[in-house]
Amino acid sequence: MKISREDVLRVAELAYLDLTEDELATYGKQLNEILDYIGKLNELDTANVEPMAQVLTDDQTADATLREDIEVPCHGAAELLKQAPDPEPPYFRVPKVIER
Amino acid sequence: MAENWTIDSVRAALGAKKISARELAKEHFSQIGAQNPKLNAFLALSEERAYAQADRVDALVAAGKPLPVLAGVPVAVKDVLSTRGVTTTCGSKILEKYVPPYDATAVARLENAGAMILGKTNCDEFAMGSSNENSAYGPVLNPEATDRIPGGSSGGSAAAVAANLAVASLGTDTGGSIRQPGAMCGVPAMMGSYGRVSRYGLIAFASSLDRIGPFAHNVKDVASVLHVTAGRDPNDSTSTTAAVPDYVAELDKPVAGVRIGIPKQYFGEGMDGEVRKKIEAGIEILKKLGCKLIDIEMPHTDYAIAVYYIIATAEASSNLARYDGVRYGLRVNDDSLLAMYRKTRGAGFGAEVKRRIVLGTYVLSAGYYDAYYLKGQKVRSLIAQDFRDAFTKVDAIVTPTSPVPAFKLGERTNDPLQMYLADIYTVTGSLAGVPGISVPCGKVCGGKLPVGLQIFGPAFGEARVLQLAHAFEQAGGATV
Repeated sequence: MKISREDVLRVAELAYLDLTEDELATYGKQLNEILDYIGKLNELDTANVEPMAQVLTDDQTADATLREDIEVPCHGAAELLKQAPDPEPPYFRVPKVIER
Repeated sequence: MAENWTIDSVRAALGAKKISARELAKEHFSQIGAQNPKLNAFLALSEERAYAQADRVDALVAAGKPLPVLAGVPVAVKDVLSTRGVTTTCGSKILEKYVPPYDATAVARLENAGAMILGKTNCDEFAMGSSNENSAYGPVLNPEATDRIPGGSSGGSAAAVAANLAVASLGTDTGGSIRQPGAMCGVPAMMGSYGRVSRYGLIAFASSLDRIGPFAHNVKDVASVLHVTAGRDPNDSTSTTAAVPDYVAELDKPVAGVRIGIPKQYFGEGMDGEVRKKIEAGIEILKKLGCKLIDIEMPHTDYAIAVYYIIATAEASSNLARYDGVRYGLRVNDDSLLAMYRKTRGAGFGAEVKRRIVLGTYVLSAGYYDAYYLKGQKVRSLIAQDFRDAFTKVDAIVTPTSPVPAFKLGERTNDPLQMYLADIYTVTGSLAGVPGISVPCGKVCGGKLPVGLQIFGPAFGEARVLQLAHAFEQAGGATV
């Protein structure tokens, strides 16, 4: 077993994800199967292979194609705020995080 | 059965005043009303928007003005693409009530070209799935065989076209999510090169893989929709400045002499026997068209699924961090901010999305990054190199789209790994960034279930891919 219940719990905490006991058990089992399968990558010697961190060719990367840094007005703020579960224009309201 | 409209027949009928755009929209909404309760292909309809567009088109017709290229064409859009004023859920409960304040560029370009946006199509939650069974709003049924899945994740977009509920549709493809449902529903479906179509307004799943592309009744219409949607968009820095050829004008270029690679790694174990026969018969058609068939090796093909499920889940775990109950979507209240995050995400995401967030977070976490994520990125390089090497010898690569035809609902839901392996022939091209199309290539299981033939081209070689697919279709590939 590569992943224990505690491993799944730790990862779920990193991801801010509440999981039930059933989910912890099921995902633990399934992730072990998936990671076993992924283990086949170790058949390949990649010591001298560069990781593929970019799909586009160098002349098409963001660095090569970004526009000049000119301020452009954004008119959508009020409308965007309407999608928030608890808006208090012009703010998003969240549970208290700082105790006085 | 609804009439099988195409972009050309819509244009001809509008020009000859045999039908108005408004009547055409009404006809489609009426068909959707009749068939959707069963098929579940649409999650939301945008009637007001479609009829407003219809009236604009009808005004142009009445005034005798030239019609834009997609004038009056009824289209459907996958529910991961933002549509101004129209609910966009991504097939997830966490976005059940989300109404985007802007349009995805691909959607805006369709509408600017005259298309009528009928509504939003069902899909696996956040495009994660191969059968559409991961939608929080229930599965889509395959119009060709309603006890079967339509493929996924763009199952609603494929089914909408296959059932004549739309003339064309947009889907998204991260590991096969356009091509595989296209194959299973029996319609041509294309993923352009990485960077070909702007992803502004596409709600992200895996950013180094996600692409937008069309479904339609024929390859010509696929070419037309791709042409309209392709090209640089200042709002997406990954959309390329590469020129967009006129894919439709170039469609009839001869294919005789084109070198086609047949990679033996795509014809090994695991492929359904009947599917194999259809693909072999399809390859015979290409040979008769004068294409030169060349056996090639793509030695890292067998590692693609493993690489894909590292990279796609890692990127997903990062992209889906934005659903925190603060700015949009569901919130489950709690006095503590962190508990509010955890409860919101625990309640809002479905089983497959949670599974992928857990896997993706794991492969990125301290101590495992090198063993999984970095290893995956390195093998991705090898897979991309397989394609570059192949394209020094051939102009296109032909494979099956899916190893199996549409399977029955529920058949694979308990075994995620088996479900993932359904993408074995499509994920390679996703990882390499090259364009790929699936075209109908006969039917199996007593002539009931469609098979798809996949054609890959080199990056930004969409024109040649479309030429081959068009020639194949014209030569009777769909009924092979």
